[in-house]
Amino acid sequence: MEISDNMDLDQEISKTVGSPLLESKVRIACRDVNVFYNKNVQAIFNINLDIGKNQILAMIGPSGCGKSTLLRCFNRMNDTIEDCVVDGLIELDGENIHSKKIDPVVLRANVGMVFQKPNPFPKSIYDNVAYGPRLHGLTQNNSELDDIVEESLTKAGLWKETKDRLNKPGTGLSGGQQQRLCIARAIAVKPEVILMDEPTSALDPIATATIEELMSELKSAYTIVIVTHSMQQAARISDRTAYFHLGRLVEVDETGHIFTNPNHSLTENYITGRFG
Amino acid sequence: MNNLEIVKAGLNKRYAKERRFKFYGIFSISLSLLFLFFLLFDIGAKSIPAFTQTYINLDIEFDKKSMKLQDQDSYSEEALFSASYSNLGRNALYKLFPEVTERKQKKALRQMLSSGARYDLRDVALKNKNYVGTTQNLWVIAGDDIDAFVKGLIDRNIPESDRRVKDYQVEWVDTLEAQNKIERRFNINFFTSGDSREPEQAGILGALKGSFYTMLVTLLLSFPIAVSAAIYLEEFAPKNNWWIDLIEININNLAAVPSIVFGILGLAVYINLFGVPRSAPLVGGLVLTLMTLPTIIISTRAALKSVPPSIREAALSIGASKMQVITHHVLPLAMPGILTGSIIGMAQALGETAPLLMIGMVAFVADIPQSILDPATVLPVQVFIWSDSPERGFIALTSAAIVTLLVFLFFMNLIAIVLRKKFETRW
Repeated sequence: MEISDNMDLDQEISKTVGSPLLESKVRIACRDVNVFYNKNVQAIFNINLDIGKNQILAMIGPSGCGKSTLLRCFNRMNDTIEDCVVDGLIELDGENIHSKKIDPVVLRANVGMVFQKPNPFPKSIYDNVAYGPRLHGLTQNNSELDDIVEESLTKAGLWKETKDRLNKPGTGLSGGQQQRLCIARAIAVKPEVILMDEPTSALDPIATATIEELMSELKSAYTIVIVTHSMQQAARISDRTAYFHLGRLVEVDETGHIFTNPNHSLTENYITGRFG
Repeated sequence: MNNLEIVKAGLNKRYAKERRFKFYGIFSISLSLLFLFFLLFDIGAKSIPAFTQTYINLDIEFDKKSMKLQDQDSYSEEALFSASYSNLGRNALYKLFPEVTERKQKKALRQMLSSGARYDLRDVALKNKNYVGTTQNLWVIAGDDIDAFVKGLIDRNIPESDRRVKDYQVEWVDTLEAQNKIERRFNINFFTSGDSREPEQAGILGALKGSFYTMLVTLLLSFPIAVSAAIYLEEFAPKNNWWIDLIEININNLAAVPSIVFGILGLAVYINLFGVPRSAPLVGGLVLTLMTLPTIIISTRAALKSVPPSIREAALSIGASKMQVITHHVLPLAMPGILTGSIIGMAQALGETAPLLMIGMVAFVADIPQSILDPATVLPVQVFIWSDSPERGFIALTSAAIVTLLVFLFFMNLIAIVLRKKFETRW
């Protein structure tokens, strides 16, 4: 289907968007979120979306649809981009993350992030994981820190492979191991939410499977928001799926519902592979 | 012709281009190596005479009368210091060549010894107070003409009127040589004394220490100022701000300002306005800091820029503050690049002459500087001063000073390379 006018799209979406808001157990809430680059380029239009506790929300959509931009709003990483303006209300546990009471440093300690390309620090595996706890002064002594490192690496499924080489550089690991190291680094500060920006797009299927398994396990303790280009991945791991198009939230619902019975033809075309 | 044949037809031309380019590269590298070797060989060869010095063996009689000392058993340090030593050397020579009686010839005989010999004798007497009243067999430093003659820099076969050493002086040298009373020894003076008007007395230590102090001031000021300026401009300053743009343009322009202009600025501001002592390494270091700042700022910014953004994002996403991202990750990763830029700036500053002329570091300073406030000169200026001096001995000294400068530079670079290796992170 061709989109003749974005006004039409906005109208259509209002009918097809599904169930963006939750009634209970809300961790992140977005109300009328707009994001602008360079003052006049709008990347995201009027997003209203709730993300539930202990859920995995998958954000899918064609390239440039604004899903990564929205993801980076949740831990205010967009603050670091010059001329990026975030408008609207974003709440974490009922508190506006843009209010003056909330420091971005505290917010980011609470909302971890894993990036598309594994980006371990050029330090030892141990120092990579211990960086966050050290930074925030979460431990009293070295043995506590050792415990956190072991716990985080175990949760990330990397402990067995790395326990004998904790002092080796993290950059010497394979791509999949590096990404799991980054996940271990993110969960070492015990955040409530983990944001993942295409975490497996640079990995082979086996490493991807390991990380997907890991996400399902982490779900019990964390809220996970994942941006992905793989429909199968979204279908396999997520509880809810949101489809974005041209900066708009076209449709969001239970994953099973989206993949079997989409409301909007754009969603249908995308998930069936006819578009995107 | 199909595509494959077209590709094959053009193949030779492509490879010929490659071979030509390779040849150009090898040719230019060999040419520059050749020039470098020629330069080093020339300077090295010319500097060799400066590292030896001619000495004459004499029986020096420390008699109280010639030393103008009162007759007593022992003397205070002060008395020995102010005693006269200028007659001791010449008396010994007169005794060695009693046949010389003519006034002119006696003068030539006196000139066999350096005018600085008396200070050496004074030092000997101060160290051995019991020498007074005795005769001691000592090696005394020869004058610069005799030194040049013994080193073969003055040809004995050219007519007497064209050479600085007279025929009878040649005879005396031959006589001394036959008695093994004249010899070339390692020139310790060169490494232990300051500048002098007499080439046989002149040393590099003053300029070396002057350069050291000046570089110290330059490094201590320019490195922290430049690195913090670069960090601010690169990490904190708002982008697209005309005020910041203006500062950037000015820093880039500053790197291209002729160095003598910095000298005039130093003279006007540091010396005339703030009253910093002239000729001192402090003011030299301040002037060279101005010159070095843009070099270090520009290279530091490039080094900071080359740190991958993914590392910054990783640190930020864990909750590091901007300053923590910089001190924990960006600076350590940029450090090798920053050090490279700093060493280029420092090497430039070490070789700089022009701005230092303006602030009086070209003055004749015989004393060795003991602090950054003492009058001093630096190695390149010393090269300049010596190359400008008429005495023959300064030719070798000029080359020797250049060698010293190169060795200084070598050690400075060595330290930087060791530091860089230490900071280098394996990815």
